[in-house]
Amino acid sequence: MAVAFDEMNIPGGDLRPAYQELARWLEETPPEALEYRRQEAELLFRRIGITFAVYGDSESTERLIPFDVIPRIMSGKEWALLEKGLKQRVRALNMFLRDIYHGRDILRAEIVPDDLIFQNPVFRPEMNGQQVPHDVYVHIAGIDIVRVDAEDFIVLEDNARTPSGVSYMLENREIMMRLFPDLFARHKVAPVERYPDELLAALRSVAPHGASSEPTVALLTPGVYNSAYYEHSFLADKLGIELVEGRDLIVKNNEVFMRTTEGMKRVDVIYRRVDDDFLDPLTFRPDSVLGVPGLMSAYAAGNITLANAVGTGIADDKAIYSYMPDIVKFYLGEEPILKNVPTWRCREPKDLAYVLDNLSDLVVKEVHGSGGYGMLIGPAATKATIEAFREKLKREPEGFIAQPTLALSTCPTCTASGLAPRHVDLRPFVLTGSKSTTIVPGGLTRVALKEGSLVVNSSQGGGTKDTWILDE
Amino acid sequence: MLSRTAENLYWLARYVERAEYLARTIDATLRVTALPAAYVGKTNEWDSALLTAGVAASFYQTYEEANEHNVVDFLSFSADNPSSIRNCIEAARLNSRSVRTALTSEMWDTINSAWIELQAVWSKGTSTREDLAKFLRFVQETSLRFDGSAYRTMLRNDAYWFSRMGVHLERADNTARILDVKYHVLLPEEEQVGGPLDFYQWSSILRSVSALTAYHWVYRETLKPWLIADLLILNDTLPRSLASCYGNLVRNLDQIGVAYGRQGPAQRHARGIRNRLEHSNMNDIFQHGVHEFIQEFIADNSRLGEIITRQYLI
Repeated sequence: MAVAFDEMNIPGGDLRPAYQELARWLEETPPEALEYRRQEAELLFRRIGITFAVYGDSESTERLIPFDVIPRIMSGKEWALLEKGLKQRVRALNMFLRDIYHGRDILRAEIVPDDLIFQNPVFRPEMNGQQVPHDVYVHIAGIDIVRVDAEDFIVLEDNARTPSGVSYMLENREIMMRLFPDLFARHKVAPVERYPDELLAALRSVAPHGASSEPTVALLTPGVYNSAYYEHSFLADKLGIELVEGRDLIVKNNEVFMRTTEGMKRVDVIYRRVDDDFLDPLTFRPDSVLGVPGLMSAYAAGNITLANAVGTGIADDKAIYSYMPDIVKFYLGEEPILKNVPTWRCREPKDLAYVLDNLSDLVVKEVHGSGGYGMLIGPAATKATIEAFREKLKREPEGFIAQPTLALSTCPTCTASGLAPRHVDLRPFVLTGSKSTTIVPGGLTRVALKEGSLVVNSSQGGGTKDTWILDE
Repeated sequence: MLSRTAENLYWLARYVERAEYLARTIDATLRVTALPAAYVGKTNEWDSALLTAGVAASFYQTYEEANEHNVVDFLSFSADNPSSIRNCIEAARLNSRSVRTALTSEMWDTINSAWIELQAVWSKGTSTREDLAKFLRFVQETSLRFDGSAYRTMLRNDAYWFSRMGVHLERADNTARILDVKYHVLLPEEEQVGGPLDFYQWSSILRSVSALTAYHWVYRETLKPWLIADLLILNDTLPRSLASCYGNLVRNLDQIGVAYGRQGPAQRHARGIRNRLEHSNMNDIFQHGVHEFIQEFIADNSRLGEIITRQYLI
């Protein structure tokens, strides 16, 4: 594997401009002081109760995501390019979804194969021909970005269902400002704190046409046992909206109400953090106790906005991902600004043959998987693991895609043996309302804390960093 | 506000109040049992601690003997006892997590820190008297901090009132339960009235509702059983008296009624209980029978809980 691009150091000893002040500061700051603040940060996180749950881990139902105090820094110029690319990408995602559930021009043009849509379990036939308020499907998108050189931003994954992590973006900044006021004073860091305001504005802007001018927005959570529950309560609090569970909502005459101490109150927009499958037991999984019976008929009647819309999974599916550059070109007539990772579609015999021959060099992912579960990282896997995976792949090739192992960029990170480069990615959050698309400068930087590791997922030992966009 | 949120706030406050009450009960019992038998008589104080906590039946499913070790363990740490202090704090934290948005950060911090300390320091229970004293202080301080945070930081709206209602309803229940178990030592016609035995029993009752000093300030008298009963039942200057709890419950329910522009059965029922307390005097109560009076009160109080639940929380 090639030597990774380091975001701070240029080979030969020079520093990239965005990191110069940080490097000076690091030189002046004794390691003990850094360690002391690192411990303080951990204490703060635990006290605030920012935890997440790991499924299948009975030992500790609540864990902290490790936080690295060294910020990841990007110049304003770099950000401007990324921002433009993100807006383009999300615009295309929304147009694609509208098309898939209506005219299907893109299928007729044979850009995307039919069966990839119609035989896909995340395609929702219930959404066929259904009008969604203001034609917005993906109100909140989390686009995972990686870098391999100074020029390009590469999309690793589009998250168009219920992307999480934004609370870490906000809390990381809050804690960094508390712990390192001196470091902030030496930089001009673009603020992220207006995210909740922008999110609320976006959600209110997409209220159904019949709603009052002061629409009621609520956040629907699966409940305290969900891994992202902290984030749900955090956001509801910042937005000043009710945090509801399925049992708090009731559908009457195709309108949605919440049970309050003063009786039933009408709800217009639901920012839902419950998956499609669990939203409405009458339409989807009948065993779901997280959902609201009748919600889909209220949705079909146009009386409620769901954010994100139902059926957006078809746009962030890993099999569809490989077509994204063509999707951007098809709807917008523009060259995609953000690149895709080259992807082999195992459903295509030629690609499958190549993948089977090169398993030890590739990353193989389940088409419908997420969270870093169920993937094979060829270069890091044992022979036995690879052989087991080969069998799985042969049995069900359409369930997988493969990509080259990317040398993700690295950033300086605190480790047991001092500062060392660790691989990072970035998840910016893109908000789409009825009128505009906005992105708070920055996002969630995830870092693979183990030396050499490329897996940044929190469920697999990844940590997070504050992400600074310099306002030059 | 969401009914579920109101319910969580109400129960959160009840759990914290209950934890404190249990800590006080253990504390008071420890003091009495530390005395030579001549001063306290042959009654098993640990047994009455179980009775005032209302968990005697479930205790005897696990244990044979009500002694210090077993009762302290059951009331403080047992996972089998749904209202052990540990379970109260765990339930309080779970409720807090469900209503994070309705709590101030100070309240959350209090409960979350207590929960962290419970796991970090007290996961194995206590092995010495000194440890136990520390633990009981920790529980009482948590409750004080929670109460103080709520008082100092919460907006005065329905969230606050539902939370206060939980405190007062639970508190009234606790005070009434002590009286229910100990009423016999307060009866003037008891034979050994005024002996040292009674003195320690009486001060123990007062201690468990933190009213020993208050007693002396209010009556400027040596301990007398009917005055103790008067203090705990009718004196509305004592925060843990039944009269004070009901003064507050009526006020909180009225505030909710005004805010919502609507009164209901909860308001009427609470007012009925308050009026009865206001128009009673200790003579009548003793005549009518303290025991009957208290039992009626406990039933009335728990009925109010049910009515509040029906009217607002589901």
